[in-house]
Amino acid sequence: MCAAPDIPLAPRVGQPSTLIDCDIHNAITPSALARHLPERWRAYHGQFGRRMTPGDFYPKATPMASRTDSWPPGGGPPGSDLAFMRKQLLDAWPIEIGVLNTLITIRNQYRDYDAAIAVAANSCQIAEWLEPEPRLRASLLVPFEDSELAVAEIRRHSADTRFVQVLIPSRTSEPLGRRKYWPIYAAAADCGLPIGIHFGGWSGGHPISGAGWPTYYLEYHTGMNQTFQAHLISLICEGVFEEFPKLKIVFIEGGIAWIPPVLWRLDRSWRQLKAENPKLSKAPSEYFREHFWLTTQPVEEPPEPGQFLQMLSHLDMDDHLLFSTDYPHWDFDSPDGALPSVMGTELRRKVLRDNARRLYRFP
Amino acid sequence: MAKHVVSTVAEIPPGARKVVEVAGRSIGVFNVGGEFFALRNRCPHQGAALCTGQLGSAVTSTGPGHYQVDRTGEILRCPWHGWEFDVRTGQSWFDPKKVRVRSFETAVAPGSTLIPPSPGLVPGPYVAETFPVSIKEDYVLVEI
Amino acid sequence: MDMEIPTHPVIDCDVHAVLPAIDALLPYLPAYWREQIAQTGFKGPMDSWYPPGMPTSARAEARPSDGSPPASRVGVIQRDVLGAPPHPSFAILSSDCAVESLHNPDAAAAIAGALNEWLVSEWLSVDARLRASIVVPSQFPELAVQEIERRALNPGFVQVLLPVRSETPYGSRNFRPVFAAAARHGLPVALHYGGAPGNPPTPVGWPSFYLEEYAGMTGVFQTQLVSIISGGVFDEHPDLRLVLAEGGFAWLPAMLWRFDKNWKGLRREIPWVRKPPSEYVREHVRLTTAPSDAPEDPAQFADVISQLGSDELLLYASDYPHGHGDLAAERGWAALPASTLRKVTSDNPRRLYRL
Repeated sequence: MCAAPDIPLAPRVGQPSTLIDCDIHNAITPSALARHLPERWRAYHGQFGRRMTPGDFYPKATPMASRTDSWPPGGGPPGSDLAFMRKQLLDAWPIEIGVLNTLITIRNQYRDYDAAIAVAANSCQIAEWLEPEPRLRASLLVPFEDSELAVAEIRRHSADTRFVQVLIPSRTSEPLGRRKYWPIYAAAADCGLPIGIHFGGWSGGHPISGAGWPTYYLEYHTGMNQTFQAHLISLICEGVFEEFPKLKIVFIEGGIAWIPPVLWRLDRSWRQLKAENPKLSKAPSEYFREHFWLTTQPVEEPPEPGQFLQMLSHLDMDDHLLFSTDYPHWDFDSPDGALPSVMGTELRRKVLRDNARRLYRFP
Repeated sequence: MAKHVVSTVAEIPPGARKVVEVAGRSIGVFNVGGEFFALRNRCPHQGAALCTGQLGSAVTSTGPGHYQVDRTGEILRCPWHGWEFDVRTGQSWFDPKKVRVRSFETAVAPGSTLIPPSPGLVPGPYVAETFPVSIKEDYVLVEI
Repeated sequence: MDMEIPTHPVIDCDVHAVLPAIDALLPYLPAYWREQIAQTGFKGPMDSWYPPGMPTSARAEARPSDGSPPASRVGVIQRDVLGAPPHPSFAILSSDCAVESLHNPDAAAAIAGALNEWLVSEWLSVDARLRASIVVPSQFPELAVQEIERRALNPGFVQVLLPVRSETPYGSRNFRPVFAAAARHGLPVALHYGGAPGNPPTPVGWPSFYLEEYAGMTGVFQTQLVSIISGGVFDEHPDLRLVLAEGGFAWLPAMLWRFDKNWKGLRREIPWVRKPPSEYVREHVRLTTAPSDAPEDPAQFADVISQLGSDELLLYASDYPHGHGDLAAERGWAALPASTLRKVTSDNPRRLYRL
């Protein structure tokens, strides 16, 4: 495999001098995880590991769903080598801060084991990513289907400001507005941490769509927004933001163009169906615009540039958009190649840097 | 336009490729069945190093469940989003008319034709200042 | 859609013929099922995606004062739909009995068949302005094909009806015979809001509130559309048309942007799909206008209409008796050019249903 070219791309007009990447996937290998597992779990993990029974295997477009040029020359899977991540990402563009979202799957089987994996993964992140690389921040992995254990892990790291959010994958066993998850929201809000919901996870017991199991990976990927849609509707309708007015949610890798039509539909139907749902004191779209942030990758690519601006105008959340690359996945967005040129300088600066700085309270 | 020596023929056997820098551009040079093709090493989508991607086949179909595989090794997939390009022409698969990557003319020449016959004569239409040439080898040229 | 009496024939593409109770099907059921229903106390599939108490399930003026279910008598449709503005020349009926919730294939087939007979006998035969949708036991493709074959020659049936919710997306390989049968007879296939297949309507389980289920149904429409295109249904059947009924349409442009983008890089997985997915949609797919889920601002509504990329996609529907409170849509429609309104209310439906 040939090396990436050394010739830098010409910077786009209007790019800010630095940028913040809100979605990077560091890969924690089994051996890295083992280094941080206590002996009781290291033996268990080595001998039994996590059972593979979800029955939802869609061969991804590329090995490990990653850019085919992102395999570290020294070995290991994409995203596992910090030095190579620096070369391909952190140093290749003027990235001031990168937020890690580790995608080790919490399997919702043996809860204590789930918790042990999350604890070890977080320790690994500190030792092998955050300590050596001051530009990085991380998301807290928690056993989210067990709120007691999840809250314990949140509290354990609440003083470490390098953990900037609590991570929950979007494929959960219930819609995220449900009460079983509320203790997690209470703890997160209390600690000033947003909840980052990232596409993916284990099946949680359900097919990946509301009409059963699709056939192709293309369907799987195109339907990514549907888990987010279900959670958007659930979090709002269950009154989570009445209960936790300080709670913030980040949708990571969910896309953004699908949102305005959902808000139009939800507002209209809420007006019709208010009596069934007494928890809300204002229109659903108001809760959404106040409490939700959205990462930009995979960037929307309408056929006409003007439609991108229409979409942003319909969304009306310029201050809540967060640039992300999703490195090293194949649907990666390049910091200077993804956002369309119709975006003006001021909006570009907000999306590439200032909104993230404000949300995550970076200095 | 000038022809640039980029490689010996031996360095790029059939099925192989080499990424070179020529006249300020990164170019991928491919050997497909003994013929040479050169493409800009920059995907028109988001600027990925296109020429480092997987080489595969042209996959067509007459209907669901049918997969026809032809022209193995001639379709280049961008390492990022998987856009497919015909190595021979640089045209994208999904919109050959409107989306393509720049392709360049190539040629093969023996070393003897590239070394100036004697000092004082106008050198031939080639540029070889960064590439040592020997009369014993054949060379791949890319025209830019 | 609030309109003057138009000068062109209007077609209402989604009007409900509601089965009042299982007893209404008794005259049309074989003896075995009549006895089963009587002796087991089977009241028919109980699932309903229009809970009677929900305001959206029926607008106030559509609720009969005698307490009978809304839209359950042809006379009511004649009065409230055919006899009221915009005075459609035709109304396309859709009906259901949650047959997909019956896991016994014979029960599902019997009930679907009886429902279609009921439609012929008590609706189509009564008023020549009515057309109907063939109800099939959708979870059993072979039996669904048989029911299509049974009804296809009756010109009163103008499409095959499937609930948008299913156990497996309709583009899946094992569902091909149903599309083939519809295509063979030149019948569009309509996917309609609702359904009760047994699996949840979201990828993360069951919503708590009806509001969630209702608002979230657009996700199921998207899944089905992506599935049907990916499965090569339109490549196999170039003349087939798909109708998305009562699912809204404002969500479509964003979905097509995503689908086209993905197809460019992932198309090798489905090599029979030879064009960008959005091109299939513009040629093969139609969507009814109630509800529209339009934004409040008419200018934004015009953006959405423009983003659809074709004025041939939409089909006017009242969706009687449902009440979506789609007030913003009224303003939005009023702001569109007359030529667009004519396409939506007349030309597009007439061409689709050959009326």
